[in-house]
Amino acid sequence: MSPVTPSVTVYVPGDSAARSVGADDVAEAVLRAGARVGQPVHLVRNGTRGMLWLEPLVEVVTPEGRIGYGPVEADDVDGLVDAGLFSGAEHPLRVGIVDELPWMVSQDRLTFARVGVVDPLSAEDYLAHGGLRGLRRALEMTPDEVVEEVTSSGLRGRGGAGFPAGVKWKTVLGCDGPLKFACCNADEGDSGTFADRMVMEGDPFLLIEGMAIAAHAVGATEGFVYIRSEYPAAVATMRTAIEIATWHGWLGDGILGTSLNFSLQVRVGGGAYICGEETSMLESLEGKRGEVRAKPPIPAVEGLFGKPTLVNNVLTLTSVPAIMADGAAAFQSLGVERSRGTQVFQLGGNIRRGGVVERAFGVTLGELVQEYGGGTRSGRPVRAVQVGGPLGAYVPPSDFGLRMDYEEFQAAGAMVGHGGVVVFDDTVDMAAQARFAMEFCAAESCGKCTPCRIGSTRGVEVIDRIVAGENTDENMALLEDLCDVMTDGSLCAMGGLTPLPVRSALAHFGGDFLEPRIQPRRPLPLSTAPRQETA
Amino acid sequence: MTTTEPQPGRTVAEVVTDSVAALEGQRGALLPILHAIQEALGYVPREAIPELAERLNLSRADVHGVVSFYHDFRSEPAGRTTVKICRAEACQSVGSTQLVDHVRDRYGMDLGDTRSDGAITVEQVFCLGNCALGPTVQVGARLHGRVDPAKLTRLIDSAVAS
Repeated sequence: MSPVTPSVTVYVPGDSAARSVGADDVAEAVLRAGARVGQPVHLVRNGTRGMLWLEPLVEVVTPEGRIGYGPVEADDVDGLVDAGLFSGAEHPLRVGIVDELPWMVSQDRLTFARVGVVDPLSAEDYLAHGGLRGLRRALEMTPDEVVEEVTSSGLRGRGGAGFPAGVKWKTVLGCDGPLKFACCNADEGDSGTFADRMVMEGDPFLLIEGMAIAAHAVGATEGFVYIRSEYPAAVATMRTAIEIATWHGWLGDGILGTSLNFSLQVRVGGGAYICGEETSMLESLEGKRGEVRAKPPIPAVEGLFGKPTLVNNVLTLTSVPAIMADGAAAFQSLGVERSRGTQVFQLGGNIRRGGVVERAFGVTLGELVQEYGGGTRSGRPVRAVQVGGPLGAYVPPSDFGLRMDYEEFQAAGAMVGHGGVVVFDDTVDMAAQARFAMEFCAAESCGKCTPCRIGSTRGVEVIDRIVAGENTDENMALLEDLCDVMTDGSLCAMGGLTPLPVRSALAHFGGDFLEPRIQPRRPLPLSTAPRQETA
Repeated sequence: MTTTEPQPGRTVAEVVTDSVAALEGQRGALLPILHAIQEALGYVPREAIPELAERLNLSRADVHGVVSFYHDFRSEPAGRTTVKICRAEACQSVGSTQLVDHVRDRYGMDLGDTRSDGAITVEQVFCLGNCALGPTVQVGARLHGRVDPAKLTRLIDSAVAS
């Protein structure tokens, strides 16, 4: 008998971002090349490491560690294999041992510890890499003790508002009821944010574990993960992960042999940005139009179907297993001031090295954009950075010293939000970006309150008039007034925060409104969604 | 999100009946049911609305209100392939506006248009979660990153030819 060649393990990410630049073709090419040279290949479709400029990043397991090659195109694979890919040999695309790359080493990966490392749907991998430690410890504690642990960790809602998670959990725990819900808001609609998607695609059991801990802590028996329809891969991965977790007894009745019962299901959104607002999401889960609710009552007391409901963002819930596993103190020791623990920053837009940087709060905006990001992809100077999604402020490079800290950003007229950082080079027309903020609000407003529904449309018109040079002073005053009304009078953050990008553009780049930087293009219609006749 | 080929052979009433039967036990079942109908037929036909209202004990206005609120639900069939161009900020910063212009200049199509031969529908979308590798375009179910006008031409031409 001839000796059997031992198989080599090769990782090619199955993450949507990697697939958008050809990872599926690369994976096929690796298998073909392995067959060609008689090398059995154990191919794993992992999540992404978050170094998106290197995608598709192929990793080969060697005795030295996992050696990376990227960005790899399918056409590169045969040459790579002939050069010795399967033994981690030298090649111009070789980036070295992935775990030792400066980008990785300098991060504080708590939430993203397993993303890109493991096979996302392997329960064995999950356990081998520390999975369920948090849930097991939580189940040894009373709900009150778990809530206390989350409270003392200093964890705040990662969805954008930064509300202390422990306070919310305590409120739900304190409500009576045979029926309470735990809901995960995975309607990650903010431009420039993709961490929710990446963790759901790359480490779905982590979210399940976080939700099971939450269910134990607040007394919820049913849960929903509300995922936007723009994320079909995350929907599919989460659904499969829930089946696997239920089969293993991590969900369902008698979780891990305890008395905890918690069933979880995925709900798919309908392409409405506003459903990322928690009360709008609850309406949508109830099968209704995603119109925001007036508060009070708060969802913790009267939420889904009128029952006490915990609503947390993906990154909030996925922070919890580490807090429970390693204790609140370890988490609390990271960060600055009242922003504790880590935040998963997402670098996008016109950036050379885009991707995910999980760092303790306190890292400066400049470090993220310049050191991690390496400046713009176009090679031109950075002119503005929008932090925190479409409702976040545009920040000029002169403010790159700002530390990532909820209060420090707020004091500077900006917000950390969900941690998205979108970079623009010096060709950007900031009047056009301000107009877009209003246009986006007009397209995505739920329509319930007037300042948002009407104000946003008026905002587009006023900015158009300013840019056209019509009664500039009067229209500037009008725009200011409109921003005041939207900020103070809107029911939720959609209308309430849309003035933030507009005002920051005016404050830092006011000249763009008065002397248009580029030839005006034909304006796009306000909403190009097909309109439906009324019944 | 259409993940399977529409099955136009089935009548609206059959699809509504099957979708309701499969999903009505869920809490707040209307959205999952509408997704199922659109997956089966490619759109949510007007005649489905009174059927759904009747079966779910809702008013027609309630059902219509939900269908018309969400961008995903179509009142008429789209082209064979849907091309969605991301117009959110991160993709704007790397040139998605040029892609919109390109579609208009080369194909004479505005966002929301369906080609007269029914081959493609071009739409805008606000964020596909691929913000570090933009501009992003979704063709059918597949995501494409770092799309420039030349790449968009290839994607659209092959979608039209398919």
